[in-house]
Amino acid sequence: MTGPALALELLKQMLRIRRFEEKCAELYSAGKIRGFLHLYIGEEAVAAGAMRALGPEDAVLATYREHGHALMRGIAAGPIMAEMYGKYEGCSRGRGGSMHIFDAATRFYGGSAIVGGGLPLAVGFALADKLMRRPRVTACFFGEGAVAEGEFHESLNLASLWKVPALFLCENNLYAMGTAIERSEADTDLCEKARSYKMPARSVDGMDVLAVAEATKKAVAEVRAGGGPQFVEFRTYRFRAHSMFDAELYRSKEEVEQWKERGPIVTFTAKLRSEGLLDDAKLAAIEAEVAKEIAAAVEFAEAGGWEPLENLARDVYTEKTA
Amino acid sequence: MSRPAAARHTTYREALREALREALKRDERVFLMGEDVGRYGGSYAVSKGLLAEFGEERIRDTPLSESAFVGAGIGAALNGMRPIVEVMTCNFSLLALDQIVNNAATIRHMSGGQFSVPLVIRMATGAGRQLAAQHSHSFEGWYAHVPGIRIVTPATLEDARGMLWTALMNPDPVIMFENALLYNLEGELAADAAAVDIDRAAVRRAGDDVTLITYGGSLGKCLRAADELAGAGVNAEVIDLRTLRPLDTEAIISSVSRTRRAVIVDEGWRSGGIAAEIMARVMEQAFYELDAPIARVCSAEVPIPYPKHLEDAAIPQVATIVETATRVVRHHV
Repeated sequence: MTGPALALELLKQMLRIRRFEEKCAELYSAGKIRGFLHLYIGEEAVAAGAMRALGPEDAVLATYREHGHALMRGIAAGPIMAEMYGKYEGCSRGRGGSMHIFDAATRFYGGSAIVGGGLPLAVGFALADKLMRRPRVTACFFGEGAVAEGEFHESLNLASLWKVPALFLCENNLYAMGTAIERSEADTDLCEKARSYKMPARSVDGMDVLAVAEATKKAVAEVRAGGGPQFVEFRTYRFRAHSMFDAELYRSKEEVEQWKERGPIVTFTAKLRSEGLLDDAKLAAIEAEVAKEIAAAVEFAEAGGWEPLENLARDVYTEKTA
Repeated sequence: MSRPAAARHTTYREALREALREALKRDERVFLMGEDVGRYGGSYAVSKGLLAEFGEERIRDTPLSESAFVGAGIGAALNGMRPIVEVMTCNFSLLALDQIVNNAATIRHMSGGQFSVPLVIRMATGAGRQLAAQHSHSFEGWYAHVPGIRIVTPATLEDARGMLWTALMNPDPVIMFENALLYNLEGELAADAAAVDIDRAAVRRAGDDVTLITYGGSLGKCLRAADELAGAGVNAEVIDLRTLRPLDTEAIISSVSRTRRAVIVDEGWRSGGIAAEIMARVMEQAFYELDAPIARVCSAEVPIPYPKHLEDAAIPQVATIVETATRVVRHHV
């Protein structure tokens, strides 16, 4: 897919994430979704643009802010929504909720709520592929907060030392929960940290879906070709609070509003309109299609059941087969 | 009927190495990684010679990055491999505790049963070598607190030889604790020694008067204590738990219901340890079978100190076991 078709597809994908999450926020207020809910609103261009570069044989690891990644990876909206509800029909059978979406069919390995905890796993995934001579890539998404964790440094060093086909995708939304990057990093140039491990690194405007798609495509191709691991920083911004419990005392409303003007959907919509690729009717058609999908997802989740209590201890260990 | 194969003289270390060699030969998905497992030959020389035999891809020296290489083991296991990760001592494994507890132990249940983590982590444990408070602790009881992982503690040559393959074929993460004092343990091992079960406790010595329940590095001490007790007319049964999670409760209850007296010997600290858990299970399931309160011999609640006299005093010893068992046997309701 290229040109106008690709552009409209990218817009649609970003809208799928946005509308899905707006619905989640609403359902959270209605008490249908509990626990933590971390919205990705504002960062849609990253998952929408980056995920396209991967094939079905590749593996994806993500964070607790992963609804968008799960949708972009191709997990149906229904099982994702059912997971948010904690229903048995959820993709993790309701066991994980918002933060722990897993899906074997699309090789989506979570859904990790320990910051930085997915990076060592990614090294192991990629090592397995290298040892088995499989031309696969392991993509690991994480936020800039993870860069402060020891596991980030251990993992980048190990991945580079062993030249494994891992792609480290850093979503730099400038805040680790409420701590601004300049208040947590002595050097805020994240690519420099990756390069210090002899790892190729690039920084991309994470609000520009086309730039994200292009940069990730290049990086995936190079990693798949056997060039060793790479690091990509997506400079982005979270429009909503960290979670539904966050009063946002750490940043100004003006700052958020300024970033919203650069929002990935609003700017891309304007661009497509100015290029004559999008008009009101086309946009309405996309919105209607997305709304239909989300309504069906909610319906699927509502219709779902609860895992029977007697299953509580099931799958702590693998059941022995006779 | 096959004839029993000839026994040969070997050590615990060699038995472990033979198990590693067999696993590497039998399954191309198996590889070993850890600090100094390759060129150095393993900090306890367990993997000595394997690098030359299997090459750098499968015998992988790692940087001192416990969290990354244990996590990489989990990732590789999720992606189809059967990794063996060696952590130099269980004290160092705390640097990888996040990966073990938050990932290895949770992923199967949290993903609704979609993924297993067929990983084996080996680590040295225990005191007795004057290595002081950051190389001598016994954390197998701690790890046994965590659902989702399996804890095995080979204490004999047969188990050193046979537990690894069974652990590797187990779809869930298994941590194997090797008491460092056992590496030089010598004895006879059948030439055809092979995989053993990792589900059941074993009665290492049968007896009727008191049950000594133990595992790992304390098994030898309990057997020596049982010899001494026999000299005094006390016939002790010795149970080697072998696996600390899941515990073979049935074996414990069955023995204690017969001997009606028990002493638990555990190199972990006393408070909140595996010995306490075993006592609780006996209370829950065999209270009315007992003729005396159960006793335990554990490590003193101190960081293990360097000087020999203090270290000896801090961990279970034969004399303490004999003394405690004698007291329990002499107790009359």
